Amino acid sequence: MKKIEAIIKPFKLDEVKQGLSEIGTVGMTVLEVKGFGHQKGHTELYRGAEYEVDFIPKTKIEIIVPDDKVASVLETIEQKAKTGKIGDGKIFVYDVAQTIRIRTGQTGNDAL
Amino acid sequence: MEFSVEMKYVLDSFWLLISGCLVMWMAAGFAMLEAGLVRTKNTTAILTKNITLYALACVAYYYVGYNLMYGSGNDFVGSGLMMSGTSADGHSLLSDFFFQVVFVATAASIVSGTVAERIKFWPFMGFTLVLTAVIYPIQGHWSWGGTSLGGMIDGFSDFAGSTIVHSVGGWAALAGVLLLGARKGKFGADGSIHPIPGSNLPLATLGTFVLWLGWFGFNGGSQLALGSKDDVDAVSAVIANTNIAACAGALAAMVMAQLLYKKVDLTMVLNGALSGLVAITAGPDYPSMNLAILIGAIGGLLVVFAIPMLDKLKIDDPVGALSVHLVNGIWGTLAVGIFNPDVALFAQIKGIVVIGAFTFFSSLAVWAVLKYTVGIRIAEEDEYNGVDVSEFGLHAYPEFVERQGA
Repeated sequence: MKKIEAIIKPFKLDEVKQGLSEIGTVGMTVLEVKGFGHQKGHTELYRGAEYEVDFIPKTKIEIIVPDDKVASVLETIEQKAKTGKIGDGKIFVYDVAQTIRIRTGQTGNDAL
Repeated sequence: MEFSVEMKYVLDSFWLLISGCLVMWMAAGFAMLEAGLVRTKNTTAILTKNITLYALACVAYYYVGYNLMYGSGNDFVGSGLMMSGTSADGHSLLSDFFFQVVFVATAASIVSGTVAERIKFWPFMGFTLVLTAVIYPIQGHWSWGGTSLGGMIDGFSDFAGSTIVHSVGGWAALAGVLLLGARKGKFGADGSIHPIPGSNLPLATLGTFVLWLGWFGFNGGSQLALGSKDDVDAVSAVIANTNIAACAGALAAMVMAQLLYKKVDLTMVLNGALSGLVAITAGPDYPSMNLAILIGAIGGLLVVFAIPMLDKLKIDDPVGALSVHLVNGIWGTLAVGIFNPDVALFAQIKGIVVIGAFTFFSSLAVWAVLKYTVGIRIAEEDEYNGVDVSEFGLHAYPEFVERQGA
């Protein structure tokens, strides 16, 4: 099992969600985050004084997938979240040690 | 009862002034209502538009509009720039101006809701300038200016402006939204409709209550006099009817929402109350309270159907301004023709059509000129990031991006 974390532009969430559901991936957790990478922030003016806005709002999607699905999920997210402009985001893949469904007690791939 | 001429002058002017203050307060109502129904990333924009359009409307109407509306000129348009003098027709001239100018600002503010979240600021101000200096005053010249467009709209009766203010704002907004297009993501390619929920329902509710209070000045002041027993009886009827029509509109929308959607939708109830208010505005003086309840209730029902209907027509109106002001502006005006024995239904229809056509097509022309010269819609990327950042460089709720949280 792998955990896939994708940081994407917020307006891309619907497209990514749609794309994932089309390849049969069910379920995700979504967080509102802020951050920056190479896409720097910018300077704003407030009542005559300048200030830096470093952080940019992004959306983070977390999904746990069985190993055989990882490649198609990564491809889908990359495709749907891409705009070609700076700030498109990044995807990280982690190993998952264990998954449990609370309601039934199922573990491993059965819990996904 | 005996009453000195001077006391009548004083009381009439006083009533215009106080009512004008209440109508000015409606600008706050619109600002809060609209701010509550747009997303946080577009809030600064709508607030800025609301205060600047109010300011521009008043100045433009002073320099140009008031005399185009009330100056002598010809049947089509008045003349003269900037009024002078202190008295007119038994009350203070400036109290008359003040009362009228806040109505113009109200008509202009109706437009800002419909084009919210994707209109460019400066072209919007350009449109507002023409609406308040030229379009509104010209059609107002025919009705309240007394010329009846050379007899074409004889018998047309619109006490406080269901057509003259609310529908006019609605037609101007409709012309704009047809050229502007819907917000990104509102309508799917397959014809589906995606709700874009408002970000702050407390503000939307506050805005509605503020408008409700202001409307007592909007309708009550339109009696234009307080200095006699007849006048104060009329004003009392107007205010009592205005209030109860709003209540009926809210209740009707509440019940209809429960029946249609299986739950009471707050935004529908708010729009319902406003619809009742718009509906009674053409004739709040003549009905009994029973009739006012009926008129308001029908307004509330109409808005519950109009809102999804506009969505089906692919017209994206973030705050329901067209459903509230245009649809009910028309209904309220027709209601006078139906229920008031002194007013002919046909005269009302003629007025609605003539004023509507003039307003719609002249607005369409202005929006078109703006669209094909400077453009009226913000860029797609800017729409995603939010108008606040792209047009104003000012977040309405900056804590998420700027500070750690105090």
